[in-house]
Amino acid sequence: MLLAKILFKNAFHNKLRSFLTILGIAVAILAFGLLRTVISSFYAGVEAASASRLVTRNAISIVFALPISYAGKIHQVEGVKTVSWGNWFGGIYIDEKNFFPNFCVEPVTYFSLYPEFVLDEKQKKDFLLDRKGAVAGRKLAAKYKWKIGDTITLKGTIYPGNWDFVLRGIYRGRDQTVDETQFFFQWTYLNETVKKIAPVFADKAGFFMIGVNRPDIAADTAVRIDAMFKNSLAETLTETEKAFNLGFLAMAEAIVTAIQMVSFVIILIIMAVVANTMAMTTRERTGDYAILKTLGFGAKDITLLIFGEALVLTMTGALIGASLTFPAARIFAAELSTYFPIFLVSRTTIYLDIAAAVLMAFSAAIIPARHAVRVRIADGLRRIG
Amino acid sequence: MALPLSYSIRNLWRRRLTTILTVAGMALVVFVFAAVLMMAAGLQKTLVETGSPSNVVVVRKGSQSEVMSAIGRQKAAIVEMLPQVAAGEGGRPMMAREVVVLISLKKQGEEKSSSHSNVVVRGIQPPSLSLRHQVKLVAGRLPRPNSSEVLVGNSIAQRFQGVGLQQTLKWGGRTWTVVGIFDAGNTGFASEIWGDVDQVMQAFRRPIYSSLIFRLKTPDAFDAAKDAIEKDPRFTLEARRETKYYADQSEMMARFLRILGTTLTIVFSIGAIIGAMITMYSAVANRTPEIGTLRALGFRRRNILLAFLTESLLLGFLGGGIGLFFASFMQFLTISTVNFQTFSELAFRFTLTPGIIIESMIFALAMGFLGGMLPALRASRLKIVDALRAA
Repeated sequence: MLLAKILFKNAFHNKLRSFLTILGIAVAILAFGLLRTVISSFYAGVEAASASRLVTRNAISIVFALPISYAGKIHQVEGVKTVSWGNWFGGIYIDEKNFFPNFCVEPVTYFSLYPEFVLDEKQKKDFLLDRKGAVAGRKLAAKYKWKIGDTITLKGTIYPGNWDFVLRGIYRGRDQTVDETQFFFQWTYLNETVKKIAPVFADKAGFFMIGVNRPDIAADTAVRIDAMFKNSLAETLTETEKAFNLGFLAMAEAIVTAIQMVSFVIILIIMAVVANTMAMTTRERTGDYAILKTLGFGAKDITLLIFGEALVLTMTGALIGASLTFPAARIFAAELSTYFPIFLVSRTTIYLDIAAAVLMAFSAAIIPARHAVRVRIADGLRRIG
Repeated sequence: MALPLSYSIRNLWRRRLTTILTVAGMALVVFVFAAVLMMAAGLQKTLVETGSPSNVVVVRKGSQSEVMSAIGRQKAAIVEMLPQVAAGEGGRPMMAREVVVLISLKKQGEEKSSSHSNVVVRGIQPPSLSLRHQVKLVAGRLPRPNSSEVLVGNSIAQRFQGVGLQQTLKWGGRTWTVVGIFDAGNTGFASEIWGDVDQVMQAFRRPIYSSLIFRLKTPDAFDAAKDAIEKDPRFTLEARRETKYYADQSEMMARFLRILGTTLTIVFSIGAIIGAMITMYSAVANRTPEIGTLRALGFRRRNILLAFLTESLLLGFLGGGIGLFFASFMQFLTISTVNFQTFSELAFRFTLTPGIIIESMIFALAMGFLGGMLPALRASRLKIVDALRAA
């Protein structure tokens, strides 16, 4: 108890300096927490992927489609329970800035493959009955103030023209980790239109989503599907949904790595600031340490005092920073939902915050502690200022 | 009379550890600041150099990139006959009909993982090379027309597996032999694979062109050409100058970098400014009697203010210099990432421009100034008697 009191008294001895240091630490921890959340939101799609879903696409690359006739063949493969398919539509809503993912899918099977998209029974029925019907996520609908029954026009980039949709349903996520910014419409709508304007591209699916019976047979099933289409005009590449999503991320790896590195740089910067504060504090208190030594306190006690003081500073800062992370993340999520549909502060981030605070305290206290322990009593007492 | 500069320098030297730590913090901030700017500059440089102002790119209306575009053979023939198209060798129009597709290739050093990157395969015609003066063959030879032979850009050759000379690639149910490697400098073409247009179209069963590229007869004929293409009811095409076309493609990425960069550096600079402030406050506190003496000797308040401000600006200057020194090494680094807009691989280099050096130094000095202003004010406001008594 006495120790804690001394530590706090020492840490807040110079109020202005302590305040500035803690402010710096809090800002750094806040920035660190937000950056970690940015990285984890990059991986949100991977985390949300189910182990019992496979994605089949053209082996050449994602921009090539597969014939729709593959659906029946895939269905015959052992272990396959459901087959759904769709195309990336890539439509623009009014302006390029308003980006959100939009796909056309085979609706019945798609929603049975994704139980995490919760859609009201009546809305689902309306959607299935309307060829021009569309379903949007809750956040997306809220952002553009869409109501059920509204007509939404997307400008096609891959499929030219203006496409009208009628909003028939708004889905909710089963929990917080589900992306609520997607937009789906009926594959048949796309296909029938494409048949008229560009028959070469008709009856093709950009990807097949496959549900398997049990997660442990997913890998074997994938191999079997690919073997079936080997040496055909459109060879396939089948992987688990997780691997598929990771593949997208791997392409943007450089950016993720850069953010990761930068998040450590901020810790380094603030480490220098804390180390600076500790160096100054201990220099001013050299006389005190000499007196403590005269009284019989050993190297261990003095080290404890210095480390403890640094820890008090960094922990206070970290606490403030970490608690500010949550409201900041909420603002962030609202402002940047286009880039980051899922923006949740994870528990790991908070643990990392604490770890960073401890690390800062230690690295800041090492040199001053060594100096304070080594200084001879007479020299310490002689020193003024 | 002002206090000599050596007074400030010596003070910094006297408290070496503190100075080093403060400068280190600032240097890191400047490093990040400069690195982000260099990245954005490199990206822009790459994509601007990719285009030439006298070339025009024609794609289908509404397509954001060549990959999404589709132009039939007939339409290509009509565009070729426009009077604004320059004539090349033997009076033939300087226009290339090209097809662009993406294939996935494995990066080097990632043998085990299943990750692939999307690489642009461009089907070219003979004029394609003369339209891009930046592209030079550095190894091997040009592919024979109408053969399954390909050229590989230098940044692809360095980064991906199985794309060396005489190695073969398999896509579209065919085997393609790499017969040459071209150097496209700092342009987007360096991240592409080039093959014969008709062969590529055949292999992918995609009997339509992606884009048409032609040289303008005179650079100012662009508006006339644009009008002729976009107002013709037979097409749904749009024409853009090549420079603008590539600048548009970097827009989203550059904006992302700018937003990320400015937010980060602003937050980071708070840390560094606080560091400088702590240092300078303690410098003032430690030197209170000294300040009193100086004042008693006849130095004015503004001299004191200036001396401490100089000290703080020196901190910023050192931090800026060191940060830039390390940032300049980043120029040897090439990053290769996916461009979200075209969905394909793009390699670019960190580029240090004089503008970035100036901006970084201004930024560093501003941090020093902001950090030193309040402590310097406090120092200058001390009363002589109080200051002297503090000893």
